[in-house]
Amino acid sequence: MQAPAPASPPAIALHDVSKRYGRHWALARLTYSLPPGRSLLLTGHNGSGKTTLLRLVATALSPTAGHIEVLGRNTVSDRDTVRQNIALLSHASFLYEDLTAQQNLTVLARLLGLPSPTDVANELLTRVGLTRRTQSPVRQFSAGMRKRLAIARLLMKAPSLALLDEPFGELDPSGIQAMETIIGELKASGVTVILATHLIEQGLSLCEERLHLSEGRAVAA
Amino acid sequence: MKRPAPIGLFRAAFVLLGKDLLIEWRTRARLNALVFFSLSTLLLFSFALGPDTKLLERNAGGYLWLAILFASTLSMGESFRIEYENACLDGLRLAPADARAIFLAKAMGNTLLLVALGGLLIPVMVALYGVKVVLGVGPLLATLALGCMALAAPGTVYAAIASNARARDVLLPLLLFPLIVPALLASAKAMMLVLQGDPMNQLNSWFGLLGGFNLIYWGLGFALFPRVIED
Repeated sequence: MQAPAPASPPAIALHDVSKRYGRHWALARLTYSLPPGRSLLLTGHNGSGKTTLLRLVATALSPTAGHIEVLGRNTVSDRDTVRQNIALLSHASFLYEDLTAQQNLTVLARLLGLPSPTDVANELLTRVGLTRRTQSPVRQFSAGMRKRLAIARLLMKAPSLALLDEPFGELDPSGIQAMETIIGELKASGVTVILATHLIEQGLSLCEERLHLSEGRAVAA
Repeated sequence: MKRPAPIGLFRAAFVLLGKDLLIEWRTRARLNALVFFSLSTLLLFSFALGPDTKLLERNAGGYLWLAILFASTLSMGESFRIEYENACLDGLRLAPADARAIFLAKAMGNTLLLVALGGLLIPVMVALYGVKVVLGVGPLLATLALGCMALAAPGTVYAAIASNARARDVLLPLLLFPLIVPALLASAKAMMLVLQGDPMNQLNSWFGLLGGFNLIYWGLGFALFPRVIED
């Protein structure tokens, strides 16, 4: 008899995860599992714990209690492997103000060991609609342009799991449409997407699963 | 796009050093501020001690190192300010860049900046204090490089710690100054021998001591830095 194929690990598995800042519990004993190949919409009011959860999954933070697995890997003991497979679009852009758009991407491309860093950077700048501003310092960019550049940064990592914190914020209507297209392309290429947004209808049209947070706990939406 | 393969520690360090030098070149604000600050410090020493040229000449090495030390606290704090703006340090950690590569890049960048600053200050010191470089340029540059390395490694670690604190401008010198007193002493002694001559052949002993301090400081910084920047 043939042995059954091993099941893929969940995209993310949260086991009793808590996170405390000083005396404030941002997340409290959260347990959740996202099946592989599904995308998740995170909803909740400001301060409900969405950003903290995304930063914990991204390994930018460590949980105060409990543990997290991303694609079967522990986010603390196997942090580097997790980091190679995820990309985070955060409220902060991770961009150097005094470097140009192209230089920001080229530095990341070199760190990632990509061949032809400048070509890769230019290709991504074209994809996010910043072709005419490749040589402008980020300091001169509007909020929407910074968001586009941050998306290019995310795409450069070719992640298995994309964590998007308010991806539609600061974007104009054409930017929102472009972002929806990019999320659709990511999903079509097999990337698991976790999306935190207040634009619930847009989020629901892009994600199959939903997790609603309130004061750091999962509650019914 | 093809999944990227991670690069090695030293290659990552040189990529990050190149990025820091590029930012420094594009702004040049930090170097300009450091040059004027340290020139003012050298001038203030000469004003404070009055017209006693013998005293200035005898202690010139010490004053030079104090000027570099004071400037280094400004320089190293600034080197991390650019990483905390827009959470760039998080971006590097998640890239993922090895935390030890970040340390090496920052410490090498700070060393280069301090050596360049020292290179600009030495002719001014020679003119202002009326000193001669008796042992020549080679030992002078070696002293400068070893001393700046000894300031840069612990300074980089403490600048990373202090950058997150509210009183960061005060915290960095408070943490750094007690730790680097032995290295500062060795650098000042070596510089005095370079300037005034070394009849007893003591210079190599001071170089050995500075080399030892550098091994300890760079080794500890390399080992401890990941704990400093990770949550």
